[in-house]
Amino acid sequence: MSVSEQLTVQQTPEKVLEPVLEAEHLRKDFPLRTVRLFGPPRAVHAVEDASLALYPGRATAVVGESGSGKTTVARMLARLYDPTSGVIRFHGQPVDLKARGQALRTYRRHVQLIFQDPFASLNPIHSVRYHLSRPLRVHGHAHNRQEETEQILALLRRVSLTPAEQFIEKYPYQLSGGQRQRIAIARALAVRPEVLLADEPVSMLDVSIRLDILNLLLRLKDEEQLALLYITHDIASARYFAEETLVMYAGQMVEGGPSEEVTQRPKHPYTQLLLSAAPDPDRMMAGQKLQLPARGEIPSLINPPSGCRFHPRCPHAMEVCRQRFPRRTQLGNGHWAHCFLYGDGDGEPVVSARLKTASSTGAAESTATGGAGLGTSSLTPPSSGASPSSQS
Amino acid sequence: MSLGKDLKHVATLEPETIPSTFPKKFPRRDSRLARLGENLRLVWRVLTSNRKVAIGSSIVAFFLLVAIFGPLLAPYDPTATSRLSETPPSAAHWLGTTATGQDIFSQLLYGTRSSVFWGFLTGLLVTLVSVVVGLVSGYFGGIIDEILSLVTNVFLVIPALPLAIVAVGYFPKGPLTIALVIILTNWSFNARLLRAQTLSMRSREFVTAARASGESAWRIIFFEIFPNEIGIVAAAFVSTVIFVLLAWTALEFLGLGDINTVSWGSMLYWAQQSDSIFSGLWWWFAPPGCCIALLGAALALINFGIDEIADPRLRSEISEHVPKELKEKAVT
Ligand SMILES: Nc1ncnc2c1ncn2[C@@H]1O[C@H](COP(=O)(O)OP(=O)(O)O)[C@@H](O)[C@H]1O
Ligand code: SF4
Ligand SMILES: [Mg+2]
Repeated sequence: MSVSEQLTVQQTPEKVLEPVLEAEHLRKDFPLRTVRLFGPPRAVHAVEDASLALYPGRATAVVGESGSGKTTVARMLARLYDPTSGVIRFHGQPVDLKARGQALRTYRRHVQLIFQDPFASLNPIHSVRYHLSRPLRVHGHAHNRQEETEQILALLRRVSLTPAEQFIEKYPYQLSGGQRQRIAIARALAVRPEVLLADEPVSMLDVSIRLDILNLLLRLKDEEQLALLYITHDIASARYFAEETLVMYAGQMVEGGPSEEVTQRPKHPYTQLLLSAAPDPDRMMAGQKLQLPARGEIPSLINPPSGCRFHPRCPHAMEVCRQRFPRRTQLGNGHWAHCFLYGDGDGEPVVSARLKTASSTGAAESTATGGAGLGTSSLTPPSSGASPSSQS
Repeated sequence: MSLGKDLKHVATLEPETIPSTFPKKFPRRDSRLARLGENLRLVWRVLTSNRKVAIGSSIVAFFLLVAIFGPLLAPYDPTATSRLSETPPSAAHWLGTTATGQDIFSQLLYGTRSSVFWGFLTGLLVTLVSVVVGLVSGYFGGIIDEILSLVTNVFLVIPALPLAIVAVGYFPKGPLTIALVIILTNWSFNARLLRAQTLSMRSREFVTAARASGESAWRIIFFEIFPNEIGIVAAAFVSTVIFVLLAWTALEFLGLGDINTVSWGSMLYWAQQSDSIFSGLWWWFAPPGCCIALLGAALALINFGIDEIADPRLRSEISEHVPKELKEKAVT
């Protein structure tokens, strides 16, 4: 690589970096098995429209309450669920979503998933050795027992389980939650993937060890140049952990962009709501359960609200919000949102003349003052009732 | 089972009297021999932790020993006839003789070998079919499951013994025929049981995790799911052997087996043929009858014991392989 090329890389990394894994307009409906005499068969519309791109050496966070479809997205990317529609691209090549057998195994050799619950994701009857030996054997990295043992010990050391010689013979019930999650991470690494999908990797763990596990993932991401998807319900940890943050609500991706932008200058009312529930950066790893104002919860996804699925809870909901989902509006700096308050894809806010002035100044103000920092009262939780402009 | 009783047990437990199932220290070197030793010790601990299991397996072990070594100790050729017809037990003939003067004790020793061997072998094969059908059906779901479930349900409603009697008539007489017919008529019940269990097991996260790391379906079924169902399979195997022993004996008693081989069933057949029950020749029909009853009871005891180990509320004495915290949780 020439000097000038290196310079280009340093100056505009986004332009040069090619995404490893991309998803476009993923959608997943889980058919319900209940037999209905009248009406069409029903389904859980878990994910309506999810698009994302993962880059080597970078972490992308997907944030949302429980039930917003984060796990479903991760499992579609891991090819555990077949998307109802949408495209997945690996190094720019569309992935054959019907592929099974060897082709699927080849895909999994590059894309690995870490599960949320380390108490459920390890088989209680198998030892650590067995758990780590299988991916090594399946993907042809180890051909005999000696190679296997050497590589397992190396893996255990990489996830900081030492003395590795002791851990290799242990069974899951002899390990703590954090140790189990390290085994699960080691199992994913054993495959030598390019993409690591981490589905709420610390939410089931003791508060005291969460940061350790997250730091381990960050270190591995840097060392291996892994493309990392970090799923969490804790938006504050997304800022700490990921370069990019995507916010999901009830199966729709509502806002996204650089983590700093999204968490410091949230635009979508739902993102503002999430941040108002976890405002204190010092508490950000304490992992308090999200307590959203009592205005509602994730709606039924069997009959989801029409249009913007957030409209039953949104203090700014308009008539048009019930009719259709807003298109993506670019807000600058790579920041975007799907909300009629900011436009409908063409930059023109779709609001009535009177409302337009009120909300757009409010939005502008929260943009201006929101930069002061996480946790200042300048963030305007929509649930405060009054519109932002009336406060100032 | 009262809670109070369980509580008393917990209260009087001394910490050092609770050996854990798995060794606290793990062997530094992983030697397969050491692991085999561990597993054998584990089996031994399970066998001896519960009184019912202990008694049941002692009796079964006794029968297995007789089946292996018994014929070596037989004083006579079991089929050799003599002029001593229908003599009651004596020093020369410990269990007397048959109508044709055959030594019943020798017949019992040989018959045990045949009956125990075929009983366990057939039981094993029946269980094997149940396991394969149940796990494949439960794991794959979809059309495979629908076809296998349909077949299972058909065999489930067919009455086994009458079908066996009819089916045996179509094939050449002999143990293979009986074994085949018994397999055909007995696999369905446990197949359905295991299918239901597998259905709930396949959505467990460790199964999904195995899939995500690239394991094949067969590997997942038999290395991830099956070991977790081993308790159910063991219980199913034990009860299947009981049923197979009874069915086998019944078919031979009815003369549907090879009546010239020596087994418990054919001994009963010949005893019945010469009206031994009405002529008071108890030494002829009682020994094979008692053997079947005893072995059946022993197997049933094992199964009751397995139930007790699996269900803490039925546990008569706190078995050694459950950690203390779990026991306390089970009580409260
Ligand atoms: N296998 C499934 N079958 C049916 N519904 C499902 C399944 N998995 C998830 N769902 C539904 O999809 C929605 C999104 O779930 P999930 O992706 O687990 O959300 P999250 O991970 O954000 O909590 C939920 O309403 C959930 O009930
Ligand atoms: S204003 Fe409309 S589009 Fe924006 S979040 Fe509220 S309901 Fe959705
Ligand atoms: Mg989830």
